[in-house]
Amino acid sequence: MSAPILELHDLTIALPPGGERPHAVRNVSFAVAGGEVVCLVGESGSGKSVIAQAVMGLLPKALPVEGGRIVLQGEDITHASAARLRELRATRMSMVFQEPMTALNPVMTCGDQIDEVLRRHTALSSAERRAKVHGIVREVLLPDPERIVESYPHQLSGGQRQRIVIAMALVLDPVLLIADEPTTALDVTTQAQILKLVLELQQRRGAGVLFITHDFGVVAEVAHRVAVLRTGELVELGAKHAVLQRPQHGYTRMLIASVPTLQLKERASDPNAPLVLQVKSLDKTYRDRRFLGKRRSVHAAQDVNLEIRRGQTLGIVGESGSGKSTVARCIVRLIDPSGGSVLLGAGRDDIALMSHRALRPLRRRVQIVFQDPYRSLNPRRTVAQALIEGPVNYGLSTEEAMQRARRLLELVRMDAGAMERYPHQFSGGQRQRICIARALMMEPELLIADEAVSALDVSVQAQVLALFEEIRARLDLAMLFITHDLRVASQVCDQLAVMSGGRIVEYGPAHQVFGAPQHAYTRALFAAAPGRGYAFGTA
Amino acid sequence: MSALVPTDLAALTVESAPVAMQQGAWERVRRNLSVRIGGFMLALLVMIALVAPWLGTVDPTLFDPASRDLLPGRTGEITTLEGETREHRFLMGSDSFGRDIYSRVLYGTQVSLIVGVCTAIVAMAAGIALGLFAGTFRAADGVLMRVMDGVMAIPAILIAIALVAMWRGSLLTVVVAIAIPEIPRVTRLVRSLVLSIREEPYVEAAVSLGTPRWRIMLRHILPNTVAPLVVQATFICAAGILTESILSFLGVGLPPDIPTWGNVMAEGRAQFNEYPHNIFFPGLFLALTVLAVNMLGDGLRDTLDPKLAKRI
Amino acid sequence: MYGFLARRLLATLPVLLVVALLVFLMLRLTPGDPAAVIAGDAATTEQIAQIRSSLGLDRSIPEQFAIWFGRLLSGDLGQSFYYKTAVTTLIGQRLEPTLSLALVTITIAVLVAVPLGVLAAWKSGGWLDRGLMAFSVLGFSVPVFVLAYLLIWLVSLQLGWLPVQGYRRLADGIGPWLEHLLLPAITLSLIFIALIARVTRASVLETLGEDYIRTARAKGLPEGTVLVRHALANAAVPIVTVIGIGIALLIGGVVVTESVYAIPGLGRLTVDAVLARDFPTIQGVILLFSFVYVMVNLLVDLSYVFFDPRIRY
Repeated sequence: MSAPILELHDLTIALPPGGERPHAVRNVSFAVAGGEVVCLVGESGSGKSVIAQAVMGLLPKALPVEGGRIVLQGEDITHASAARLRELRATRMSMVFQEPMTALNPVMTCGDQIDEVLRRHTALSSAERRAKVHGIVREVLLPDPERIVESYPHQLSGGQRQRIVIAMALVLDPVLLIADEPTTALDVTTQAQILKLVLELQQRRGAGVLFITHDFGVVAEVAHRVAVLRTGELVELGAKHAVLQRPQHGYTRMLIASVPTLQLKERASDPNAPLVLQVKSLDKTYRDRRFLGKRRSVHAAQDVNLEIRRGQTLGIVGESGSGKSTVARCIVRLIDPSGGSVLLGAGRDDIALMSHRALRPLRRRVQIVFQDPYRSLNPRRTVAQALIEGPVNYGLSTEEAMQRARRLLELVRMDAGAMERYPHQFSGGQRQRICIARALMMEPELLIADEAVSALDVSVQAQVLALFEEIRARLDLAMLFITHDLRVASQVCDQLAVMSGGRIVEYGPAHQVFGAPQHAYTRALFAAAPGRGYAFGTA
Repeated sequence: MSALVPTDLAALTVESAPVAMQQGAWERVRRNLSVRIGGFMLALLVMIALVAPWLGTVDPTLFDPASRDLLPGRTGEITTLEGETREHRFLMGSDSFGRDIYSRVLYGTQVSLIVGVCTAIVAMAAGIALGLFAGTFRAADGVLMRVMDGVMAIPAILIAIALVAMWRGSLLTVVVAIAIPEIPRVTRLVRSLVLSIREEPYVEAAVSLGTPRWRIMLRHILPNTVAPLVVQATFICAAGILTESILSFLGVGLPPDIPTWGNVMAEGRAQFNEYPHNIFFPGLFLALTVLAVNMLGDGLRDTLDPKLAKRI
Repeated sequence: MYGFLARRLLATLPVLLVVALLVFLMLRLTPGDPAAVIAGDAATTEQIAQIRSSLGLDRSIPEQFAIWFGRLLSGDLGQSFYYKTAVTTLIGQRLEPTLSLALVTITIAVLVAVPLGVLAAWKSGGWLDRGLMAFSVLGFSVPVFVLAYLLIWLVSLQLGWLPVQGYRRLADGIGPWLEHLLLPAITLSLIFIALIARVTRASVLETLGEDYIRTARAKGLPEGTVLVRHALANAAVPIVTVIGIGIALLIGGVVVTESVYAIPGLGRLTVDAVLARDFPTIQGVILLFSFVYVMVNLLVDLSYVFFDPRIRY
């Protein structure tokens, strides 16, 4: 470690009046030295992005720096002029953002966007610039630099676009790189590649990296030191192993305890429990019918076979585009399958190709909880109205439905007073509980959770997962758990199916799939999970 | 923004509410400056329209050749229907028939507001029905939208002019003629709202809960379309008032015996050089009324439907 | 890209067909007998019947449409009842003034509105922004003809800077041509400016909120570059779109403006034809305007190819 590149001294940034608290961050102090990676961890709303943007001078006027200093290589830039900040950006400090899909100008070629940086900050000739652009594109491990330089962003994948962003950030060799959740929006396998790239580049150039993330697995992979932020205040700062294995502060301990590990819990499941769901050769093909132009078929799901027994949880794991959500929606008949059969319960009713009218009485037996708690409830209806809608559709009287609603709210650990309130008065985690209660109101045989915890903070996620477990045990429910996060899957699943490109590539009991994965893709997926095998501890 | 984890900044810097807001929506509407000013002006004009007979006016059809072309503020004589003649101060002057512009302008307020509101009602009713139809039944959607495109391809004023010319100007025909070109826009709006709200997870949840289609439409989709539709209705009202005046001005609107601002201006055209008051007073009222409605609409749009705000 | 172009071209055909159908129906389904109108008050029943059969009015509606449409495709818009000449000739005579007015108006409007909108979006919340929003509401609210009279009164009658009414042909010299067109063009452009400036502002404002603007600033680029190369370049599509849609407003405004300023163009022709119930002329003018509108919007759509590389590839 060398001299500090970035120092924050008692940084305090105000929030506009009327916000949830007066300051976005308060009295935050830490430093990033050359050649080291400091991970800034926190949940949403903790203020970590604010710090990143403050350093770069990109904060909106609504968030002024009220106190403290930001020092870059000995220069106080807290209140630097706009011109000075523009000079420093890309030359001494650079930033990589979270969303690669929208980080690039859609109407400029990738090469031009990298070239812009050179044109603005250097006096190189156009030939020299072109050479440098090609050089950096090669350094970020993009194949076929000639083509990439001429391409527009929409012709590249998310991972490739992120590499371009990294290229733009590093082409002038800045001493500080700020990465704000650069891999959160990427698939697990791509994530692993990008993390590796950032580390390599950082080591080669000896830059300091401020790495912002909410994912402790990533922290375990890349950090040298860790800073933990809670509602704008720094609660813990230290070397990686110290913080992750012997956390001092209660909040840090709680966070680390919430991180789902890849250790499987021992689960007893009865192989002879009655079959609740059996899916055979499920197919879903989208035919792109255009008048002129290529006719494309997309096989969202192909030849999918699975079964779930009462009291068991089947997990479907896969990256985006793998078809897992498609399968879930076909089972609950929000999408109509193109072929195959979906057999429900003991009566083996095949609902795959049934007409919607015939389907109605059977719908109650399969219920689903969606990913986005902020859009799963009609903002104009009270919680009570949302909960009783289902049963009332099937003839239950309003009073009985209300009673059942109250009981179920208790089951999901929500206060009965919630009945008269509106969705916007609740947090994401609470809304998700309401959605779970709504699903349970129908007394289904099968509960599907479609990425139901992906949009939640780690601590809330842990609570909701625990709730799912409790419900499954209490009601002896069968569950289908869709997720892209292996660690979440390891917490709740008895059986596991791995999907890729619309097909199931591996299927079996969880401990078997986790312990001895057969398929190459499964192995790659596991290998890519950041921080796997790291022994997180609580003191 | 990734749906996976909300970014810090968004989580911190407040609001940005979802499609329909409950608490505070009414509050925000009331506090908006545009709504206040526009609403106030509109209320004033409605008052004028309602109490016109008591604001020092005379029957707007009364005329007296002796009081022709008086400048604003002059006094002259006016002959009532019963035949008696009395003194009258022509606050806004008189036209070439000797009619009191002031009375005609104030009574014209009634007509214009009625036309505006009726146009909005007709256009909205037809547009909502068609839009719901198109959004629900895929089969009809293609044909219907082609027809809408066709109607939109003909400039609105030409349709209105042609229709009124064909059907003879009366309140009903003018309202329908002005409403027809506005229908496609409403249809498109409703259709796109229906299609987008249908994709929302809470609508999907309703489907899986076994709620029948019509109830989903009524309970989940329609209430969340109210805000943008209200905004659209105010803009149609403004367009209606404007178009009616243009039609009357060109001589193809309401019959000349009904005092509308457009008619008053049409009659005053020829003498504009010497007697501009024929044009300016009705023109002022027209501009203020349309301005009031537009401001109201702007304010409503900014507070109720920020998404629409971006689309103009 | 070629798929996109072909599809757009083909998509215009049904629209044009619907327009033709609507125009035909609009004027056929009217009360009153066109034959009687042509024949005049003193005509006998036989004369009226003769005119009716010569106009084909005794055939069934679909047949009439087929014949009418056929003539339309061969460029025959019929004979004006009122002027007793071919409609196409009439249109030809009145084309230049309207075209001149339209072109001058669009030029003024775009040159003024786009920079205003960009600046307003850049300094969002500032005095320019607020002023522009206020002005644009006014622009939508003051009717074209009221504004016209206001400007005539102020500029021509009181100040005497520009002529009151009338039109001078381009062939007679560009000075007088411009002089007579300036006031009408300014009048008409005001509502166009209000519309374009508003959409430009909204579009640029939305673009400025996009992630790649943040990236551009993070690269240390000067604000001017960010505004033009990154924001405006991406905001172009909605702006160009609204210019196309605004043509409909322009056409409506032309009708009124020509009326007030006594310009002998197509707008005036429309009004005169309507007052005289001259169906063939009304049909012809409406068809022409609609066709122009559809074509302009087609060009706008095709121009997306230049603005958005996602369509090109």
